[in-house]
Amino acid sequence: MSRFVDIKLRVNGEDVSATVPSRLNLVDFLRNDLCLTGSHVGCEHGVCGACTVIVDGDSVRGCLMLAAQANRADITTIEGLADNGQSDALQAAFTNRNALQCGFCTPGMLASALGYIDGGGTADRDAIRKHISGNYCRCTGYQSIVDAICDVIEEART
Amino acid sequence: MKAPDFDYLRPANLDAALAMLAEHDGNAVPLAGGQSLMPMMNFRVAAPEVLIDLADVAELRGITRNGDHVRIGAMTRYVQLSKDPIILADVPLIGMALPHIAHDAIRNRGTIGGSLALADPAAEMPALMLALDAAIEVVGANGTRLIKADNFFLSYFETVLEKDELITAVVIPTASNTQSFGFCELTQRHGDYALAGVAVSRTDAKYRIAFFGVADRAVRVAALEDTVGDDLEKALAHLDEIEFTDDGKANAATRQRLAGVALTRALEEMTS
Ligand SMILES: Cc1cc2nc3c(=O)[nH]c(=O)nc-3n(C[C@H](O)[C@H](O)[C@H](O)COP(=O)(O)OP(=O)(O)OC[C@H]3O[C@@H](n4cnc5c(N)ncnc54)[C@H](O)[C@@H]3O)c2cc1C
Ligand code: FES
Ligand code: FES
Repeated sequence: MSRFVDIKLRVNGEDVSATVPSRLNLVDFLRNDLCLTGSHVGCEHGVCGACTVIVDGDSVRGCLMLAAQANRADITTIEGLADNGQSDALQAAFTNRNALQCGFCTPGMLASALGYIDGGGTADRDAIRKHISGNYCRCTGYQSIVDAICDVIEEART
Repeated sequence: MKAPDFDYLRPANLDAALAMLAEHDGNAVPLAGGQSLMPMMNFRVAAPEVLIDLADVAELRGITRNGDHVRIGAMTRYVQLSKDPIILADVPLIGMALPHIAHDAIRNRGTIGGSLALADPAAEMPALMLALDAAIEVVGANGTRLIKADNFFLSYFETVLEKDELITAVVIPTASNTQSFGFCELTQRHGDYALAGVAVSRTDAKYRIAFFGVADRAVRVAALEDTVGDDLEKALAHLDEIEFTDDGKANAATRQRLAGVALTRALEEMTS
């Protein structure tokens, strides 16, 4: 019956159409069908944030959204954020501050952090910690990630 | 894990959605923001045969003020509530609670209707509806029902909602000048579900106080509400009436203590 769904969407500025299994989640569609492997898959129940992508301007868990639900949506992945320059300053700050080790959490962390920065967030360490509380990092201990986010906000001000 | 297979349906309006629910006779489940249903399916604790995506049902959207109450469509997302001028002005308690619900990425998808239908005992929204004396509007084959929040939640993940019914909206009395609100939630980490939390609304000297995260559902304690204005110490003794949850996160005695702490802090920081 409707175990397959036709979808049309925009991904990183390009039109995409596909027929997908109804049970396929968005992050698997991006990784396996479109070969956009920058978004990672960790817990698959919304807790770790590794799969975070931007849907119609908002950060969203790619593991908790069906590809079928993304019909007519405009999606930006970490590849898109890097290509259009949106994440340049933050990526440079992450490198400067050693804000990644294995890098598994980094694409989701960048997407979440950009939501904070672009939303007018200030260089308030507590507020930043609260904002990224939905993104797990098992390497850095978060200090350096908060440092990097503060750097970008402070640099933009000067 | 990945979700088991299911049929995906996307009705264009409310009538079509209700017809699909009725047709599949208990085997179809509505999909709102998916922020609880998808994890449950990925864990395989839920395996519906049919998912009915409510995304295109325009009747379930929108926030309106009609005289002395505010109506919030079931498919309104947390993020929309947090930016809506009507909510911020007329239902300030929702604005106070929202930052404590999960994280940005979850609030960008999760809906008020989904949270109420789910009835997680640790969720904020059911307690807010109790404190605000809200009513939940429900539509099914037998027409529309308006159910007081006090009568809506039964137990863990259980409400009076029938399988062929949908929540369409919640109806909340607008805040009056004489009303003030308090909210406090205690968690292990920001955004986690509450170990104990409380939502308070005071009209003149009358209190409505709803605890969450402490028992099988959000709860009010009449004797506590009646005494809290005069004697907090005495009021807290009435917490004994709650059958506190005892689980791996916190035992019943700890939860009872935390409920008292949450209430004390909420009362200290009431809006004026
Ligand atoms: C990491 C994480 C942390 C979270 N933390 C919190 C938290 O701190 N506090 C909190 O309250 N929640 C939390 N949540 C859950 C989140 O708030 C959910 O969004 C919410 O509980 C359900 O809303 P939804 O729109 O996503 O519903 P869905 O997941 O789509 O649906 C939930 C249930 O409601 C039913 N349903 C949905 N809409 C309707 C309707 N209109 N009529 C009838 N039935 C309907 C569905 O069939 C399903 O059974 C968290 C989730 C995650 C993944
Ligand atoms: S994989 Fe989506 S939140 Fe962990
Ligand atoms: S850098 Fe390894 S999980 Fe964050």
